[in-house]
Amino acid sequence: MTHVVTDNCRGCRYTDCVASCPVACFHANEVRVYIDPELCIDCSACIPACPVHAIVEEFDLPEDQQHWIGINAEAAGRYPVIRAKLPPLDGADDRRQALGY
Amino acid sequence: MSIGSAAAPLRIAIVGSGPSGFYAAEALLDSTLAVEVDMLERLPVPFGLVRHGVAPDHAKLKSVTGLFDGIARRDGFRFFGHVAMGRDVTAAQLQSMYHAVIVATGADGDRALGIPGEQLDGVHAAADFVGWYNGRPECAGLRFDLDQDVAAVIGQGNVAIDVCRLLATPVAALRSTDIASHALDALAASRVREIHLVGRRGPAQAKFTPKELRELGTLPGWQVIVDPADLELNEASRAEAADPASTFVAKNLQVLRGFAAQPRSAARAIHLRFQQAPVAVHGEGRVRALTLQRQWLEGPAGSQRAVPTRQEDRLEAGLVFRSVGYRGTGLPGLPFDAVRGVIPNAGGRVTDDGGTLLPGWYATGWIKRGPTGIIGTNRQDSVETVQRLVEDLPLLEAPRVGRAALQAALAGRGHRVISFDDWLLIEKAERSNGQRAGKVAEKFVDVACMLDAAQAARVEAAPC
Repeated sequence: MTHVVTDNCRGCRYTDCVASCPVACFHANEVRVYIDPELCIDCSACIPACPVHAIVEEFDLPEDQQHWIGINAEAAGRYPVIRAKLPPLDGADDRRQALGY
Repeated sequence: MSIGSAAAPLRIAIVGSGPSGFYAAEALLDSTLAVEVDMLERLPVPFGLVRHGVAPDHAKLKSVTGLFDGIARRDGFRFFGHVAMGRDVTAAQLQSMYHAVIVATGADGDRALGIPGEQLDGVHAAADFVGWYNGRPECAGLRFDLDQDVAAVIGQGNVAIDVCRLLATPVAALRSTDIASHALDALAASRVREIHLVGRRGPAQAKFTPKELRELGTLPGWQVIVDPADLELNEASRAEAADPASTFVAKNLQVLRGFAAQPRSAARAIHLRFQQAPVAVHGEGRVRALTLQRQWLEGPAGSQRAVPTRQEDRLEAGLVFRSVGYRGTGLPGLPFDAVRGVIPNAGGRVTDDGGTLLPGWYATGWIKRGPTGIIGTNRQDSVETVQRLVEDLPLLEAPRVGRAALQAALAGRGHRVISFDDWLLIEKAERSNGQRAGKVAEKFVDVACMLDAAQAARVEAAPC
């Protein structure tokens, strides 16, 4: 089991999750973040931290979202780890509103 | 010469080696300053509640220690195990040795229920039970009478759930973990077949996480029983459940509805009882029953309070665990807020009772904010405290000797210090002792044994 970052993160990248992660398992590119499943200890601290509810426990991942498990695992290896909160992307608040949060 | 340069490193002592202490060390080592961080731990073994609090069947959560190992290996960091402030070195001494001291001692006391009969045998602090099954030295000698059919756990957080789960987990599933052997033997003979988890507030206010709650439903031979009537929410609770900011509430309710919908099948049961609070413990010498008083929720969404009604129920139970919160304890030489159980502070800067800053003193983790949040919460908390400390740098300019002064003071008393390498030897011995019994590790539960293990391994490891 692990936790995964789903599509809501794209275009927001608030990164509040990063500050709450006890093991620095978040990796980021220009548009979003990913969780390294090898490092994640399943503590769930990041779930309530995300303003757009992008992070989900694998257990709660709907059938049509299962591909995010592989995407997170693969992308975590490709992008650098981030250890501190970054400023949100331009337009993050608009996207947040559009997502209903 | 400015403080924090290579020629004049910032010298910091951190008291306590749990998550908040390690995250404070990490934040200091991540800063652009040259730092010397000395971490004091009263036991010979590090990691605080990750070692002695996190349940043995949550191995993945415990693997956070891998990160702490990495911090301990960084340049500038030194572990002083078996060194307690107030026992081996005074607060005043530390203050004279270091530019600043960060107190990260956590909350090792427990909150009492404050009801008649609480002192009866068979009524325990959940924290003691947790310490007992995790081999915490202060708790290893405790006895719990598991020759009882019914146990009650008072509380609505993850610790309460841990206690329920450990009482209900088949010992076969615990045998390979690092659970203390004395606990494994006692649990193997347990007769407990009914557990009541009793909480003052409703299902929308409970503090446990969906993950822990769901896990209760996976225990073979046991069933979680929820009264569907308890899931009928008042208007304010419905608003709380619908609030997007309270991520876990809706999920918890979903899990609870799943429990409530299941027909009774398993012989053993965990009853989740909401809006009930114990008002008396009954028994002669030892507990036999509790009086539970029904509660009514009142107030606006987000700040509802449980208020008592006149309706009371009797719950027969031969074993009671209270899990209504950990509580910090005061440290000699430092101010303490006895009401909140924390060191008074402003964003991590320690203050006296009147709010005046105590220069050079900082707090982080549970002793700073009270016993809330999970492991990761401490990272943000310690980052904040270290930010305040770094802002205060101009006020911390006095010359300080740091590590060499501490070492000299301890050596002068002939005190046995456990280094991080010593700890790794202790850990190795625990793993190899565990392997013999097919366990991940068999923890030493006695300080003298920990010290002996380090000594024995040190001799063995020395080149002849």
